[in-house]
Amino acid sequence: MVNLSQMLLYSLKRFISLAISLIIASVIIFTVIEIAPGDPAQFMLGINAQPDTVAALQEELGLNVPKHIRYFNWISGMIVGDFGTSYTYRTPVAEMIVDRLWISLPLALYALTISTFVAFLVGIYAAARRGKLTDTAVMAATQLGVAIPNFWFAMMLVLVFAINFQIFSAGGFNGWNNGIGFGLQSLTLPAIALALPQAAILARVMRSSLIDILGEDYIRTARAKGLSKHQALWRHGVRNALIPVLTIIGLQFAFLIAGAIIIEQVFYLPGLGRLIFQSISSRDLIVVESIIMLLVFIVIIVNFLVDIAYAIVDPRLRLTS
Amino acid sequence: MNILEIENLCLSIHQTSILDNISLSLEVGNIHAITGESGAGKSMVACSIMQLFPNGTHVSGQIKFNGENLLMQTERQMCAIRGNKIGMVFQEPMTALNPVKTIGAQVAETIRIHKAISREAANTSALNLLARVGLPQNRFPISLYPHQLSGGQRQRVVIAIAIALRPKLLIADEPTTALDVTTQAKILNLLKDLVTENQMAMLMISHDLTVVANLANHITVMKSGKIVESAKTHHLLSHMGHNYTKKLFFASRHIVQLPKYTSSDTLLRVQNVSKDYQLPRTRLFKAGTKFRALNDISFQLHKGERLGLVGESGCGKSTLVRAILGLNPVDNGNILLEDEPVFRANRPNFSIRHKMQVVFQDPFSSFNPRHRIDRLISEPFHLLPKSLSDRKRHDILSTALTAVGLRPEDAQKYIHEFSGGQRQRIAIARAIVMQPELILFDEAVSALDVSVKATILDLLADLCHQYNLTYLFISHDLSVVRSVTDRVLVMKDGKIVERGQTDRVLSKPTHPYTKELISAAPQLPNFDKF
Repeated sequence: MVNLSQMLLYSLKRFISLAISLIIASVIIFTVIEIAPGDPAQFMLGINAQPDTVAALQEELGLNVPKHIRYFNWISGMIVGDFGTSYTYRTPVAEMIVDRLWISLPLALYALTISTFVAFLVGIYAAARRGKLTDTAVMAATQLGVAIPNFWFAMMLVLVFAINFQIFSAGGFNGWNNGIGFGLQSLTLPAIALALPQAAILARVMRSSLIDILGEDYIRTARAKGLSKHQALWRHGVRNALIPVLTIIGLQFAFLIAGAIIIEQVFYLPGLGRLIFQSISSRDLIVVESIIMLLVFIVIIVNFLVDIAYAIVDPRLRLTS
Repeated sequence: MNILEIENLCLSIHQTSILDNISLSLEVGNIHAITGESGAGKSMVACSIMQLFPNGTHVSGQIKFNGENLLMQTERQMCAIRGNKIGMVFQEPMTALNPVKTIGAQVAETIRIHKAISREAANTSALNLLARVGLPQNRFPISLYPHQLSGGQRQRVVIAIAIALRPKLLIADEPTTALDVTTQAKILNLLKDLVTENQMAMLMISHDLTVVANLANHITVMKSGKIVESAKTHHLLSHMGHNYTKKLFFASRHIVQLPKYTSSDTLLRVQNVSKDYQLPRTRLFKAGTKFRALNDISFQLHKGERLGLVGESGCGKSTLVRAILGLNPVDNGNILLEDEPVFRANRPNFSIRHKMQVVFQDPFSSFNPRHRIDRLISEPFHLLPKSLSDRKRHDILSTALTAVGLRPEDAQKYIHEFSGGQRQRIAIARAIVMQPELILFDEAVSALDVSVKATILDLLADLCHQYNLTYLFISHDLSVVRSVTDRVLVMKDGKIVERGQTDRVLSKPTHPYTKELISAAPQLPNFDKF
């Protein structure tokens, strides 16, 4: 039973801290990229650019306006969805990002679903059989999962499932227009490759958290009530073990959305990761700045959701924080 | 008729023998107590009956419950017995309940595991059970979570879970050890009433002889996994067949002689001290309320005087200790040590901190396990205005260790090499090494076994003779306070409700709360009567 007014108060507090984080992050990004050091227009054009070309670009980018006004223009632009125009591609940044986001966001969510599902199964199984041979074997496997570089694993997946069995395509993206199934099909191998190390880490966290919980007094109380070991684990253990697991899930999402650069390269996916990569190499600061801000925004939102999830899982948090 | 018969029970964990040839029996409607010091194997007897063992346990013998040998039951059969035919109450109510489930759900769960009834019917039963154990629905709705209840209230929930299906046997493993005296008295009465009301038998495990002597029909004394003596309570107390039983009983009424103090110089002045804690908001548009932890506290402590402070948990004792040590600021009033404030201009006053030391309750968690004893004890030295030479430092350490009954060589050991009682000696050595003006003992003997407690009290008396100590002794144990203090303060809800000479206050209390405390404290029956 969740007390609504407590929950609302808690969410409001978390929301205020979310807003503060966003403001601080935007100021830092703006300062690093636009103010220090040197001139963005000069930087984007390279050392050998003609002074009048630089001046023209400065004019175009609005660099001759005072810095604090530029900051507010940037922020207010983003709020209404205007991220500026890419210097290299001459298209609105917002459009470019939205196109890429339609690949990267589903990919991250897909990978997160796989890693969470696998990690829960493996973690709970290992915890229930702790100290036994199967536990040791499963934990050794997760060790391997953490150690294997995911681009190598991605190539193995392509070799086996795309080239040998030809179940999935080796790369590229079919788009969502031909149906969700088609889109998901081209994202499956990348999602698995992305999810593997995350699942391995999460499974280890789930296992150790659950083992800690199984040593708690209330598990003994549950057993004294007449619950079997497995009933006690499912009814009293799992929910309590979720709290550290949620923290890791929140942190992993940031990695899944921004850290997919290599996997996107391996599978020729036109995602956000590739866009950042390309924009950095072509010195397109406007795109870089916008994508970074967007990533920060997504990560902070995800962590806000994790905070809310904490409070749903643990009634103590609703009152005390 | 015997509901429980244990015959020749032996138990070992990873080849270490824990229980050796235990036999005991329990009749319907009776209370059988097992007592003994920590490590005697009392709790393992309870675990054996419930068949809830740690890994690597080997058991032999017989545990007959209702004529059936529990050791021969399958795990599935045991699940049907646990919680249904045998209920269990545990020591630590603060952690015995699942923090993320409501108390109603946790009580109802026991019923729903064993009986095929609807959720509503189980909830109704849970509601009635909670009312029976003293948590009526109007003040304690079943939608509360464990963290919203006090320790005593949580123990009532645990008891409700244990008696939900009117089991034939109730096992209570140190059910009141973690509770205040007045709460303890209420919980013990509740257990006693439930035993009569439900025609149960109760196996009670306690290290506290006074609790056991007043409750049980039969007492078994255990030591190092063996039964030392077992007899009807009356018989056991009047005959004391075994030396160990005698030793335990005398240790629990141990009294030490303190030297008289004569000084009239004031050392510590606490003047009109108040402190509030901000409580978290519970509503969106309502300011959070404040909790007054200390309410206009004033007292003085003279040089060489031993002052006691008693009161229940939550009465503000710990807040006061922290305030005196200068760890936390107070909202109002002054605390002066030798006319210097302990907290000045938003900072602790370090110039006087070396004049105070403290000994805490738990000797197992109040030391850094990675430091050697010499470092642990000499830590306060950094407060001194100028550093000591190695030679001098070594001498002071050796003297302090010898004074508390340890050897100078022990300085090179780590804390895990010592027992609980030895650790508390080390804590005392750390406190006296600076020769402080004032020592605060915060429940310093509460976690110790009776015989260890007796030796620590002896040590304290010795040190009083040797060093002319001044201390504030905080404890919930009235018999200890009576023995080691000259004057006592009784605290309730952040206020001092009674003060005076210890003998006078404890023998002729005037405030109703002091009277309640004294009458709630279990006492050993007088030997002469038997």
